[in-house]
Amino acid sequence: MTTTSKPKTKTNGKSNGATEFKVVGTRPIRHDGLEKVTGQARYGADIHLPGMLHGRVLRSPHAHAWIKSIDYSKALALPGVKAVITADDFAALSGKAIDLGEGAMTNPRFLSNNILAKDKVLYKGHAVAAVAAINPHIAEEALGLIDVKYEVLPPVLDGKEAMKPGAPILHERLFTANNPFVRPGGLKDDNDKSASSNVASHFVFEIGDLKKGFAEADIIIERDFETKAVHQGYIEPHSATASWNKDGRVTIWCSSQGQFTMRDQTAQLLGIPNSQIKVIQMEIGGGFGGKTLVYLEPIATALSKKTGLPVKASMSRKEVFEGTGPTSASHIRVKMGVKKNGKITAADATLIYAAGAFPGSPVNPGVQCMLSPYDIPNARVEGYDVVVNTQKTAAYRAPGSPAAAYACECVVDELAEKVGMDPLEFRLLNGAKEGTRRVTGPIFPKIGYIEMVKAGKAHAHWKAPIKGPWRGRGVATGFWFNGTGPACAIASVNSDGTIKLVEGSPDIGGTRAVAAMHVAEVLGLKAEDVHPSVGDTDTIGFTSNTGGSSVAFKTGWACYEAAQDIKRQMIARAAKIWDVKPEDVEMKDGKFAHKSDPELKFTFKQLASRLLNTGGPVVGRAAIDPKGAGGAFAMHIADVEVDPETGKVQVLRYTTIQDAGKAIHPSYVEGQMQGGAVQGIGWALNEEYFFNKDGAMINSSFLDYRMPTSLDLPMIDTEIVEVANPGHPYGVRGVGEVSIVPPMAAVANAIYHATGVRLYRLPMTPGVIQEALAANSGAKNGPGKRNGKKG
Amino acid sequence: MPGKIHVQTTINGASTEFLCEARQSLLEVLRDVLEMTGTKEGCNDGNCGACSVIVDGRVVDSCLVLGVEAQGKKITTIEGVASPDKLHPVQQAFLENAALQCGICTPGFIVASKALLEKEPNADEGRIRHWLAGNLCRCTGYDKIVRAVMDAGQRMKAKR
Amino acid sequence: MAEKGPKARCLAGGTDILVQLRGGRFQIDRLLDVKNVAELNELSYSPKDGLTLGAAVPCYRIYEDKTVQKMYPGLADSASLIGGTQIQGRASVGGNLCNSSPSGDAIPTLIAHGVTCVIAGPKGQRTVPVEEFCTGPGRNVLQPGELLVSMKFPSPARNSGANYLRFIPRNEMDIAVAGVGAWVQLDASKRKVASARIGLAAVGPTPIFAREAGKFLEGKEASQSNVEEVAEMAKKAAKPIDDMRGTTKQRVHLVGVLTKRALTKAIERAKEG
Repeated sequence: MTTTSKPKTKTNGKSNGATEFKVVGTRPIRHDGLEKVTGQARYGADIHLPGMLHGRVLRSPHAHAWIKSIDYSKALALPGVKAVITADDFAALSGKAIDLGEGAMTNPRFLSNNILAKDKVLYKGHAVAAVAAINPHIAEEALGLIDVKYEVLPPVLDGKEAMKPGAPILHERLFTANNPFVRPGGLKDDNDKSASSNVASHFVFEIGDLKKGFAEADIIIERDFETKAVHQGYIEPHSATASWNKDGRVTIWCSSQGQFTMRDQTAQLLGIPNSQIKVIQMEIGGGFGGKTLVYLEPIATALSKKTGLPVKASMSRKEVFEGTGPTSASHIRVKMGVKKNGKITAADATLIYAAGAFPGSPVNPGVQCMLSPYDIPNARVEGYDVVVNTQKTAAYRAPGSPAAAYACECVVDELAEKVGMDPLEFRLLNGAKEGTRRVTGPIFPKIGYIEMVKAGKAHAHWKAPIKGPWRGRGVATGFWFNGTGPACAIASVNSDGTIKLVEGSPDIGGTRAVAAMHVAEVLGLKAEDVHPSVGDTDTIGFTSNTGGSSVAFKTGWACYEAAQDIKRQMIARAAKIWDVKPEDVEMKDGKFAHKSDPELKFTFKQLASRLLNTGGPVVGRAAIDPKGAGGAFAMHIADVEVDPETGKVQVLRYTTIQDAGKAIHPSYVEGQMQGGAVQGIGWALNEEYFFNKDGAMINSSFLDYRMPTSLDLPMIDTEIVEVANPGHPYGVRGVGEVSIVPPMAAVANAIYHATGVRLYRLPMTPGVIQEALAANSGAKNGPGKRNGKKG
Repeated sequence: MPGKIHVQTTINGASTEFLCEARQSLLEVLRDVLEMTGTKEGCNDGNCGACSVIVDGRVVDSCLVLGVEAQGKKITTIEGVASPDKLHPVQQAFLENAALQCGICTPGFIVASKALLEKEPNADEGRIRHWLAGNLCRCTGYDKIVRAVMDAGQRMKAKR
Repeated sequence: MAEKGPKARCLAGGTDILVQLRGGRFQIDRLLDVKNVAELNELSYSPKDGLTLGAAVPCYRIYEDKTVQKMYPGLADSASLIGGTQIQGRASVGGNLCNSSPSGDAIPTLIAHGVTCVIAGPKGQRTVPVEEFCTGPGRNVLQPGELLVSMKFPSPARNSGANYLRFIPRNEMDIAVAGVGAWVQLDASKRKVASARIGLAAVGPTPIFAREAGKFLEGKEASQSNVEEVAEMAKKAAKPIDDMRGTTKQRVHLVGVLTKRALTKAIERAKEG
């Protein structure tokens, strides 16, 4: 196994302790690569079982309606149909806010009602019933024979509208929380007689003295921004296959971002203990947050229970758009004040995020991240989580932060221009450092914002002149706090000196390789000598979701610890074989040696071959819940050209700079940086949920939900900055999410510098740009200060 | 229930026969009848390229070809790209250039790229991007994919 | 086909009809695979008879054909814009025409070239000028039992040139927000226009033959200001609606921009040719 890609990493930070790594920082071919380039890898839908039935879901044609009755007798009578289910086939669950467990991420009743509607449908596409039949075509025919009687209600489609008095109410007894950390929302207690509302959560964070801060400002800008719902756009539609066995035990095969979440949520919704379910993780074709919760798993399970046969339920692309969880549409107001010298004195922001049909928009993370790149002594951020008659939102890569950064970074760009400062100098002056307090309270430990901006200043892209009419350069930064959680690893020593590694993190972007590299580094082995696999819920200990940019951090660390456990055991074994004390044996670069007797030595392979005869196998284990995930910053530089007659934007050049702490496998870090940037470019220019006035999404296909194609983009250049995270053995900071935070503002700022027009709404489609240009035709073509001169 | 039609075709060089209904696409036949799941469904309406296969030398979306239309044709799927003893240069280049993250779009890209490079190993970045515009990737931003295809083209030229 | 009426439809590339069938746009009993019918697969040229383009000829055959590239570059433009590589491996210009979408990327080019449609049915063969073929969104003059056999392009006139341009938000894979096909023939001096035809896509219930706009140019200088005048007239011929792909205002504006650009390119090609 070789690697040939030339390293493009520029590292200007040291990592903890070790100054030289053998495996960490290299680019081995990923262990699951062969099966993925040959079509052998099995993704969610790539399973066939004897007798397997096919499940399909009936979805509401209305955005808001009472379900008066569901008659599925004709569907059941269609030859080939074996079962039909509705919400009545799921357990009855409390949805009261007061019944939620501490730190709950979901409200079980809301989750259940979203997967199969009970009493009310709350968006067009809301699942109402499901059918199992001998083939998918018959299942689809059967859907047409289910007779649902609706009483249609007026929908409300916008967060601000939903907050107005007299707006249609989605949940009569929705509780309005003022605790931002109760994200899933809930229903009121029985004796709560307060008026009905669509506001699930409302909270404020404040530091310093806002009034004083604005009084000190020489220039104040206040702007309103609007963004639309966008979808994660993973190419693999959801699919789940379930087999309810005769003994009541369930096996589920699905692709997801967390097999344990699939297990626990399915158990909750079906009302069975989670130990009764085994979830086998298939390969996953993209998630970005959208596959961190169940959709089809409980449906397939209930259908299997009813039919006694395995059932595979899969979504069409239209269903993915209309029946899963895009991210929130938002209204954001930002007010910021600066002194003449560019120092920010105060900031005040209000974020209204539409949660969709049930509470749980990412407004809190948006609030947490928005102002975090800056040291602002006086600040206030207010958040609203509001329900509306559109798809219930799910996480989408740094949820909440991208829209917030779009608003904040556009205002920062305006302010920098108004005080006549270079936008990077402005950020160096105001940038967050170790010790800076965020408006939501936490104080930054060691971070890399300033280093990253400096790297941007020194970058060839920033220094290159941008020539030509209707061309402009924009820059933006962003923050994501990154997550962590429990993670487990088991590593067994094979007699040929290789390692079998089992860990619990679904591999969406090369994390198996990263996990293996941690083990290889500790044990002095080659990356290809560690064979990683992702365990199922029976074969590995509880591991939290692949999300939150946490896998390299938490699972890498678990693998590191499991490898340390092997190391300890192997040292003890060598000592036993040599009849010496373990303290006198050391391991270095994969070789065991007595500290003073040069005759006593083993290579790893030699010792491995002797294990079974000298005491038995060596298996290392770790089960951890590590703290200390480091936050991450990213900076993007975008050059665009705008066709003034049509408003079409071409991205000419794009660079992303990101602090990764320590890039374990630089190619996959670069991949995260590039992928997030391109999702952001699509979000900036073309992607949106387009609703008609009845609340139907009318562009629910890849034809009209326009994600970037290869022809729409240039190469995406990357620069990895490494300011080690002191909280991880190798210094890792999560990298997967922050890459989507800056692009919309970077592109919006670039469009401004190309055309003289600022756009405060996303997406910035050609029609929108062309109209704005026509309205602004007094301004000359052009360029802000960035045209024709280096940054 | 509609009757099934007998189809005789060649897939990856092997003579193959199957039964299918008129309404089943070639994609469905490959995945569900022949259980060759390497070809993926992303959208089922010709907008993402995940289902790309080569039919009589042209790369097409198998979701928009009916199973019955395979009669008498020569079809290449991802399972037939590698030789028995080694990977195709495109596959090797994808691995070495880290041109996949989740990998779901990878079979479609490899099949489409193979079709391009066998005729135009010199294809430059612009030509490659244009040829592959019908293949969507959501993970990579296309950068490493395009580099991999250029790399593969060089390797294939060197072999000739 | 006569037996089944609207319950039987032709299948050429399948890139429109299969999507529509799955979406439930209509129900049928029979699909007729016309790809093996010789007349529908013809792609031949003679200086006397011009180009005969069989209805089922897929796009890739059209734009890879050296004669088409040389003699009918406007047609090559259109054929290479329908979908992406995979779609072009199956889709046909004939299918694009019979699908009769207002935004069909091939149709303005056919109109601009003054194409004649050859239709066969139980009552025999007939011909229809292409600008009369489409009658509404998704509707055309084909009667039950009829099918489109081929499209006949006149032999390229001296000093003529054509171009098709469309506006889409991305660079490929989109349905046209607006499209313009322009064809001009210059006089012997190559300074004045002898004849011009403009076809518009996505700005009306059918593709539009902007007859007056084209006629305006006859006998006039092939100048920038005349081109702009034609663009203004083309805008007047456009009757678009607001939908999720574009507003009325935007589409009318784009017709002006695209007419200017397509006509300029057509004139350039005419001067070279």
